[in-house]
Amino acid sequence: MSSGYLAKRLLLTLPTLFGVIVIIFVLLRVVPGDPIAMMVPPEATPADVARLRAVYGLDKPMWDQFLIFLGALARGDFGTSISLKQDVFGLVVGRLPATLELALVSIVFSLIAGVALALIATHLRGRWPEWAIDGFNSIALSLPEFLWALLLILALGVLIPLLPISGRFDPTQQLGLATQFYLLESLVRGNFTLAADLLPYLVMPALALSLPLIAVIARMLKSSLQDALVQDYVLFARINGFSAGRILIRHALPNALIPAVTVAGVHFIFLVGGTVLVELIFSYPGVGNMLYRAAVYRDLPLIQGITIAFAVLFVLLNLVIDLLYLVINPRVRHS
Amino acid sequence: MSVLAIEGLRLAIGETPILRGVDLAVERNCVHGLVGESGAGKTMVGKAIVNALPEAARITAGAIRFDGRDLIAMTGRARRRLMGRAIAMILQNPMTALNPVIRIGDQMADILAYHLEVSRRGAAARAAAMLAAVHIRDPERVMRLYPHELSGGMCQRVVIALAFACEPRLIVADEPTTALDVTVQYRVLRLLKEMQARTQSAVLFITHDLGVVAKLCDEVSVMFAGRIVESAAVADLFAHPRHDYTAALLAATPRYDRPASTLTPIPDALRTRLLQEAERV
Amino acid sequence: MRPFARRWNPRLVFGAIVAALLLGCTLFAAQLAPHDPMDQDLLNQLRPPVVMQGNDPQFALGTDELGRDLLARLIHGARPAVLVMLIGATLSGLLGMCLGLVAGYFGGWMDAAVSRTVEIFMSFPPMLIAIVLAAVIGPGLDTVIIAVVVIGWTRVCRVIRGEVLAMRELDFVASARTAGVSHLRIMFHELLPNLAPLLAVLFGLEMGRAIVTEAVLAFIGFSSSDVATWGAMIAGGRAYIYQAWWIMALPVAVIVLSVLGLNALGDGLRQATDPLLRR
Repeated sequence: MSSGYLAKRLLLTLPTLFGVIVIIFVLLRVVPGDPIAMMVPPEATPADVARLRAVYGLDKPMWDQFLIFLGALARGDFGTSISLKQDVFGLVVGRLPATLELALVSIVFSLIAGVALALIATHLRGRWPEWAIDGFNSIALSLPEFLWALLLILALGVLIPLLPISGRFDPTQQLGLATQFYLLESLVRGNFTLAADLLPYLVMPALALSLPLIAVIARMLKSSLQDALVQDYVLFARINGFSAGRILIRHALPNALIPAVTVAGVHFIFLVGGTVLVELIFSYPGVGNMLYRAAVYRDLPLIQGITIAFAVLFVLLNLVIDLLYLVINPRVRHS
Repeated sequence: MSVLAIEGLRLAIGETPILRGVDLAVERNCVHGLVGESGAGKTMVGKAIVNALPEAARITAGAIRFDGRDLIAMTGRARRRLMGRAIAMILQNPMTALNPVIRIGDQMADILAYHLEVSRRGAAARAAAMLAAVHIRDPERVMRLYPHELSGGMCQRVVIALAFACEPRLIVADEPTTALDVTVQYRVLRLLKEMQARTQSAVLFITHDLGVVAKLCDEVSVMFAGRIVESAAVADLFAHPRHDYTAALLAATPRYDRPASTLTPIPDALRTRLLQEAERV
Repeated sequence: MRPFARRWNPRLVFGAIVAALLLGCTLFAAQLAPHDPMDQDLLNQLRPPVVMQGNDPQFALGTDELGRDLLARLIHGARPAVLVMLIGATLSGLLGMCLGLVAGYFGGWMDAAVSRTVEIFMSFPPMLIAIVLAAVIGPGLDTVIIAVVVIGWTRVCRVIRGEVLAMRELDFVASARTAGVSHLRIMFHELLPNLAPLLAVLFGLEMGRAIVTEAVLAFIGFSSSDVATWGAMIAGGRAYIYQAWWIMALPVAVIVLSVLGLNALGDGLRQATDPLLRR
């Protein structure tokens, strides 16, 4: 797999990214409400309003605005937030680690849980664990993360008060960390007590995000495991005296992962998209949570910045999944 | 004592009887052919020996004795210890027998390390040696490849190498050359004979091809409708077939020296009579 | 065609009951609700439902922080949800189906255009689109419906396109072409009936999603503000979650039930109409 292929693949993402940028630009310029009017004090004169409008470049014709927009993006200048009066790029990048950490923890957990459930359901086929796991999958898939988040809050936050229902850490606690990647950094530094304190805040949001993905992985993988187990190479392994468990993990699983990744790949992206709502419900200080306030204040530059951040994230995630597929399927590598 | 002795084996899938009392014996250093039409039950015999029967299949009577011990009566664990070490099998389709996502070298090292109880590195060295023994040039390169990058003949050589690696006492070969080109067939069969002579293993060679039987086997059993109808040394069977079915089978084989208009299929009357006999048993 | 009555299955029954309840609440809210949903009774704030201590029997499911009857608010909350669900899911389903049909059947530049558009739409988290749309257009039920359609059509389009791509290669399409049947007739008379079971399932799913989208936008405050909506109840209840958890729990339960019921309806309809699934 050459770097040429990688470059080509990256290049293919550009048209999509461009389309995304155009849509963001167009959508946010069709605002019926006037963000400037929301910002100025009541005694402002029309001249003041016009001046402010010029500062934000909202008085020029559409085409000019678009070119200026593109130019600014290329320089990394995403403008200044109207409601928070700070640099948008800085704001977004500041909150991004929190969202990334949440998404990462959720994805890793989903993978482990989904694969484990699929393996158990296949190994214990025909007995009650398979039945229970199938039922769990159906239920987990039918409700979106929003509802799971609310149900979890009620169940584990209020009725049985096990976990905190908002925020990222205890405000009275000193963190002493350099980056915004709280959990990762504390693990890397070996500060396991701090990590243990941070973890409860991640449990419910991560769980709410993971449940649909776990169900998708478990279901797909169970089906492809069953397909793999009737193949000749499994028969060959059995003839060579390997135990059922070893065959399942060493022989069937690597083959079964291939079709499963194709299907599950799209759901990883849905998971990252789900952070927008879950962050809101759990008051988790990530990028998605910022969106709500920005929307209420019609803060165009901030909304723009957040949307572009998510779009770039999605495109990158797509790329990672495609590359992952190449890694696990040797047959595709050589064509 | 025979290496393999099948006594009165009966097997059914659901309500349908597949094997109706099979008696068979294979001696050490002997290649024993098992011939019959498709659907006669040959493959089921092979699968019963290596415990690879489909889920719905039930053994209703009989024993499969390996060096005197009944395999059917053994515990799963004890039987598994024999598999691959004392008893090996060569499958029909070599391309699908190997795991498509694991390199050849890794697959071989896995199996050899497990059977010979050596380290991975030792196993890898053994694997290279085995590949050379089956006449594969440049074993190091082949070991880094994936199965889909090899030809059918080469895959079968790998499978044969693995089968003989532990010098098993019994090898069950289920139509090992049927999926290969004729020219490749000849080479693979010759290789089989060579390996067998070296290890002195007993071989149960399941096939529908009488020509292969003539070239390769020492003894042969003929099967029809789940029963063995005749069993003899190869030369005897071909020269003086004792059972009607054997004679009909031999006569049905197309020959190059006879004109095409003299194709003689097995007569329906014979078939019906034999089926009725089989069902009464 | 077999009589419909013989194809009843448990999922369809459950789904139909839920749908009937939703519809009933929408149409007969005024008659069903025991109180006015906006009626504040400041002497009876935060009353729990009848099964718990400290309840007042005239408020069967309790009251919220302003003393408003929760049962009445739940019943009246069905209307915005059902409106969004019916209109939104139908529109997004139609749009997705047509574009998916065209893209899958004709291929070529039409497929490329549609696929590229779908890809661009799917580069955004769906909820982000909803929130941004709401910010741009302003609060209101029509905004919610637009959001539902904008998010939902891509899902339907993708699935339908995949199915049509597969069906296009089948013999019955080829024989229709050789018989001289026009493309339009093929799409609507040959392909569509085969797509019906799949469309039933998708429709059920979209309706469930529409209800959630409405609840989410109401939760944020971008849905219609003049009536009681389930999402607003959830948002309001969240502030009192430790004292009066039922204020949030009840609308959540109702939404969960609705989503499960609508999914079951779609699945049940598929089982009833799919000729390949005859039991």
